Amino acid sequence: MFRKILIANRGEIARRINTVAQQMGMRTVAVYSDADETLPFVKEADEAVRLGPAPAKDSYLNQEALLAAAKKTGAEAIHPGYGFVSENAAFAQACTAQGIVFVGPPPEAMLRMKDKSEARKLVAAAGVPIVPGSEAVLPDALSAAAEAERIGYPVLCKAAGGGGGIGMQVANGAAELEKAFRASADRARSAFGREGIYLERYFARPRHIEVQILGDLHGHTIHGLERECSIQRRHQKVVEEAGSPLFLEGQHPGLKQKLFDAAVKAAKAFGYANAGTVEFLYSDEQVYFIEMNARLQVEHPVTELTTGLDLVGWQFRVAAGETLAVTQDEVRRKGHALEFRIYAEDPVKFFPSPGLLKVFRPPVGASVRLDSGYVEGNVVTPNYDPMIAKLIVFGETRRAAIANAADALKDFAVEGIKTNIPLHQRIVASEAFAEGRLDTRFLEHHAKP
Amino acid sequence: MADVTAHITGTVWKIECKVGQQVNAGDTLVILESMKMEMPVEAADGGVVKEIRCKEAQSVAEGDVLVVLG
Repeated sequence: MFRKILIANRGEIARRINTVAQQMGMRTVAVYSDADETLPFVKEADEAVRLGPAPAKDSYLNQEALLAAAKKTGAEAIHPGYGFVSENAAFAQACTAQGIVFVGPPPEAMLRMKDKSEARKLVAAAGVPIVPGSEAVLPDALSAAAEAERIGYPVLCKAAGGGGGIGMQVANGAAELEKAFRASADRARSAFGREGIYLERYFARPRHIEVQILGDLHGHTIHGLERECSIQRRHQKVVEEAGSPLFLEGQHPGLKQKLFDAAVKAAKAFGYANAGTVEFLYSDEQVYFIEMNARLQVEHPVTELTTGLDLVGWQFRVAAGETLAVTQDEVRRKGHALEFRIYAEDPVKFFPSPGLLKVFRPPVGASVRLDSGYVEGNVVTPNYDPMIAKLIVFGETRRAAIANAADALKDFAVEGIKTNIPLHQRIVASEAFAEGRLDTRFLEHHAKP
Repeated sequence: MADVTAHITGTVWKIECKVGQQVNAGDTLVILESMKMEMPVEAADGGVVKEIRCKEAQSVAEGDVLVVLG
């Protein structure tokens, strides 16, 4: 195993990686921007190196500064967490070139996943069901219109080089196609520097279901069962759970097996190793591949709590060349877990709400795990994304997990900034959530104030 | 005269108006950036831009006056 590792991230995920690494006997190096100097993740690491000023491009995205910090401290490996440089194949290659292990998938696999249109083609050839759509990026609105007729309306214009929902436009019929295509291309050009647009069938109210993947460098690939992350706002997940209510009490057994088979096939098609996630949409009794994420997922704790897998620990073992010692048969779900992303934002309008955490008292208890980037007295600055913590709640059954979550959310005291805790309380109190009737537009229809 | 204030704490990403410009209710005057989100600040009423009290890349707090309309 590595003697010393560098964590190229901040906040809750940097703390989580630090804890696992220290438990495994590794020495840890934190890196930080000027805005984060006093946060717990910096203090808890064995060493800390300043990267630069607050803007991400000068700090957490500054590849030269990250590599220099690793060299200076003698770190043998870099764990990128999620976001920032985690899905950057060029950074992974730069690490390798300098003799530093990148704790993630092989760069070639990352490159195969990067272009979403190419990724669709690759997995479809491996027999994975994909959302009906265009086979390649489309040169202009005219060819898009012809493709849209073939796919069937409504269609979604998507940026091949994009993510996070940026540039996505819906066209309900031929009259709306040209405008949607141009809007999507314009947004893609300004956000990603390229305008490649492809089309997919648009599902009005799908569920978002994903499968955890774990693979080693010796050809073993297993899945770690599914998670459901349908509750979203602005295409960002808000509540996640394992397992999906779709499969509770043995429902849809055939579809569940098809989902797992498709996920493993997709991972193998990409030549994947380490921890990753294959994302699917569910609509009309079918599952469709959307993309594979080449990194640890924000919501990995719900899988850890219900399967006992230590995903971060396995990331280090796999990166160090160890063989995956878990077989597919050994991966079993016990109980149910819910994760609530605690955002520093207005719980109704979703406006950002940075500021001083005058009071920050999370709930405690046997059924509660809190992954937090902050403690009371810290300042949440406007520089990075609004997620300050993740509240993860376990129960023997989904019903028990919901009851435990209601108690935990009630006991979670935050003052000084606004958070979405009241939104989470409305979600767990809603009938639709209790019945597991979830879809990606849940918040437009339920849990209203 | 009407003060247009920041509705969130963040940084000024873009200024979308000029002194002397006639604006209508709902026009975007300034775009703020906070926590990886772009948040437009719009004119509540129409008027003429009398003064711009912020600069691009400047940090602002909720309630700070950004633009004065007359």
